[in-house]
Amino acid sequence: MPEFIDILNAIVLFSNFVLVPAASYGAQLALGALGITLVYGILRFSNFAHGDTMAFGTMTVILVTWGFQSMGISFGPLPTALLALPFGIVGAIALTLVFDKTVYKFYRTKNSAPVIFVIVSTGVMFMTNAIVRLIIGPSDQRFRDGTKFIFRPREFKEFTGLSEGLALKSTQVLTLTVALICVAALFYFLQKTRTGKAMRAFSDNKDLALLSGINPDRVVLITWILVAALATTAGTLYGLDKSFKPFTYFMLLLPMFAAAIVGGIGSPIGAVVGGFVIAFSEVIVTYAYKKFFIYLLPESLEPSGLMQFLSTDYKFAVSFIILVVVLLIRPTGIFKGQSI
Amino acid sequence: MKALLNQKNRAPLAFAVMALLLVAVGMGQSWPFALAILNLCLISAVMSLGVNIQWGYAGLLNLGVMGFTALGGLAAVLVSEAPVLEAWSVGGQGMAVSFLLVVITIVLSILVYRNMAANWQRRLTLATLYIGAYFVINHFYRPAVYAIESVNPASTGFLGGMGMPIIFSWVLGGIMAAGVAWVVGKITLGLRSDYLAIATLGISEITIAVLKNEDWLARGVKNVAGLDRPVPFELDLQATPWFIDMVQSLFSGRLAALIDTERTDALNQLVIQSSSVFVKLCYTGLFTVVLVVILLLSMKALNSPWGRMMRAIRDNEEAANAMGKNVVRQHLQVFVLGSAVVGIAGAMLVTLDGQFTPSSYQPLRFTFLVWLMVIVGGSGNNLGAVFGGFFIWFMWIEAEPLSIAFMDLVTAGMDQASGLREHLLKSAPHLRLFIMGLTLLLTMRFMPKGIIPEETRLHTV
Amino acid sequence: MSYLVANQLRGGYGGTDILNGCSLSVDKGEIAVIVGPNGAGKSTAMKALLGMLNLREGSVILGGKDITHMSPQDRVGEGIAFVPQTHNVFGGMTVEENLEMGAFLRTDDFTQTMEQIYDLFPILKEKRRQKAGELSGGQRQQVAVGRAMMTQPSVLMLDEPTAGVSPIVMDELFDRILEVKQQGIAVLMVEQNAAQALNIADKGYVLVTGTNKHTGSGDELLADPVVRRTFLGG
Repeated sequence: MPEFIDILNAIVLFSNFVLVPAASYGAQLALGALGITLVYGILRFSNFAHGDTMAFGTMTVILVTWGFQSMGISFGPLPTALLALPFGIVGAIALTLVFDKTVYKFYRTKNSAPVIFVIVSTGVMFMTNAIVRLIIGPSDQRFRDGTKFIFRPREFKEFTGLSEGLALKSTQVLTLTVALICVAALFYFLQKTRTGKAMRAFSDNKDLALLSGINPDRVVLITWILVAALATTAGTLYGLDKSFKPFTYFMLLLPMFAAAIVGGIGSPIGAVVGGFVIAFSEVIVTYAYKKFFIYLLPESLEPSGLMQFLSTDYKFAVSFIILVVVLLIRPTGIFKGQSI
Repeated sequence: MKALLNQKNRAPLAFAVMALLLVAVGMGQSWPFALAILNLCLISAVMSLGVNIQWGYAGLLNLGVMGFTALGGLAAVLVSEAPVLEAWSVGGQGMAVSFLLVVITIVLSILVYRNMAANWQRRLTLATLYIGAYFVINHFYRPAVYAIESVNPASTGFLGGMGMPIIFSWVLGGIMAAGVAWVVGKITLGLRSDYLAIATLGISEITIAVLKNEDWLARGVKNVAGLDRPVPFELDLQATPWFIDMVQSLFSGRLAALIDTERTDALNQLVIQSSSVFVKLCYTGLFTVVLVVILLLSMKALNSPWGRMMRAIRDNEEAANAMGKNVVRQHLQVFVLGSAVVGIAGAMLVTLDGQFTPSSYQPLRFTFLVWLMVIVGGSGNNLGAVFGGFFIWFMWIEAEPLSIAFMDLVTAGMDQASGLREHLLKSAPHLRLFIMGLTLLLTMRFMPKGIIPEETRLHTV
Repeated sequence: MSYLVANQLRGGYGGTDILNGCSLSVDKGEIAVIVGPNGAGKSTAMKALLGMLNLREGSVILGGKDITHMSPQDRVGEGIAFVPQTHNVFGGMTVEENLEMGAFLRTDDFTQTMEQIYDLFPILKEKRRQKAGELSGGQRQQVAVGRAMMTQPSVLMLDEPTAGVSPIVMDELFDRILEVKQQGIAVLMVEQNAAQALNIADKGYVLVTGTNKHTGSGDELLADPVVRRTFLGG
């Protein structure tokens, strides 16, 4: 039997490297997947430009943040990017609305097949991607300021007397808080407000919604506004937590789609749950458990290898495998999707 | 103008323009450069044909073209590299056992799947099987990988290949891509059309991740350079008497005017230049053969009863289903075939490059650019797809100098030291992404059938 | 002149005409039923009244106003409510939300109307927090009618409201429709169960190949031996 203190150490270790990072990553994915699911539920297509919409919104946030910083404006212990977030959202809204007017609307009026929408969304993806790279360049950008840690591993160790430290980065707490607020606000909007209900009705049964006098153009407009806001928030939180790189945001498409499909595409609650399922699986499967087991197992059983299921290079494979398993077992996802 | 609008004249006209463009590059820039573009045009055309089989014939959205291309590239390494005997002796056994165990796991899971009722017990059994297999296989696999990758890591560190002429990889590349396509298609075909797109996007990212990280397979990001070539080396040619004789007789007029040393120098220069052109022409010949064979087969297939059925399914899936056509099975067939063609092109590409660099596979270049080729060229029309391959590749190459020229123009009035100017000049390459995206959107909107549209014909299921 | 009048409608979905000069009318507090064999253009006639069909000829007059060229959405605003045959509820939303969506265009307080509908269909009040998609076929039809009634329409159109429900539920539904009529609403419905529908109808139209074959009160048509033999199965 391991000693009590060793069990505590193991738990702290696990929290520090798995639970806390996975929770904040999960929140970021959830916000991203919500955007994908909203487009799917209302506009009825898989939006491959979503990752790049995120990148565009985040880029705007970064530029405004730099502007604020050069003017000496800061947000105290919180990152300045939070102040810039509304500007980024406005930028992303403008982008999505321009593309809706110039691209998607045409196919919507023509009632084109979903596959055509997917193809034109890849065209939009190309262009958005190019715009982002033209403006801010393809390389890594860091834009976090303010306090870095709520508490550091060393402080935790001194405080508790354990040999393992637990770090809590302010971006992690920020991510979870902001995500919680966004999700709560979105659900309140969809469940309780007249416009939100109209959106659900439109997604549920478009023809009947039209017969009830719901204005389709307004529903589409509000959808894009919500999607842009969610995407920018998700992208900014991800960038604060890790860093901003256009290509990384494109690569987030796969885990975000996986999250949306696992939860049930078209279902907002599913997107949130799916985001956490994907994030936790990814982190749990790619974490090296050697030290964790050293705490828990007697010396004679100590593991020799890293005790890692999959190397972190394959974290995208995790989303993919979960996606495939869900498609095989239950293609409609955890919460029956298809509409919001 | 009327002749332009006539469908029949479109294809010859389009290809004539393409030929003129290439000749213009040859005269304006240089002939080796024009030939280099032409060779990649040919490969692009093969890829584009592969995607056209999937999208144009059957309406299947494959966003994983990059992955199938890379598999073809892997085949080039596996076929042409000499086997690393030392690696085989230290890790071959472990690898063989691991491979055997993977096969056993698959067989077992199929048995379980077939013989148990669809309930939670079956899922539990399968899950236990997979987790157990994971640990057992790892027990053999990890030490074997370690042993293989420790064998002279600077130059080998992998198992090597079969030591055969690289041209055979064009076949193996097709087969490997087909195998992976079969698995992906089996899972996602029959579900919503976007799921195939997402799944193929995923599998292509994973393929690249495997190629980058499994060093024992093809050295990962350490790359495999100096691959075997199906054509002679320039240096060898330059020392080959018949080649020198040929150059001499080709340029006899020009050489006759010169004397002694000048003449020898000029001959040497000409031999060097000609060897480069000659090698490129050899590739052109090989690629043309492949392209023509695949093109002819594709055209034949499209006009056969099979092709008519595929188009019927594409245009009205429900009706075809109602008439007793197994849509999913036909889609699987066409998906596998198209992927195989892409795999062949992937192997050809690595053959031309002479090296395998997993990190060079970018989705924008290898997936979306190929899509652009099919859509701009004319989906559903094989000649259109080929033309798209030529035209878009040409644009892709020439868009870069054009973008730089454009940025030069934009920034001409700016201060030489201005940061913005420097930034804009540096960003010029990204402008072509923008152009490509815009081209896709404009084509979809104003010319959805492409430059050489599919022939409209009456067809029956 | 009746409240809703359709004169000499001709048109189709492109190609050959489905409606070949059919005329219909219904007044407030009246039930008019369209019956006829399959392919006679019954549902098409209704779609024409809703503005979901391009008419080549003919006109539609609502309360003295020509609405022939009005969009379907605008007709909803003018007081026409429609219950489609299938997909006529928001399956993922609760019964109450379905009713709210029916009242989407209304800016006034509609709680009164909702109470009236709950009085008309007591089962809906009981299940108002349940998702409409989870209800039985008959209950779903009640939700569908309720949703349409939320706009306080002057004309209610129903496309085969009793398709696929049991005879008992059908009788109950017809009773409710009679109550709707008593509120002074013009009811126009297409029915497959012709005899039962004509029983409650003030007016009946027998449509064949897009033209009026027989017209009369419900009782008259039921008594007409030709109609009985050809369309009501004896």
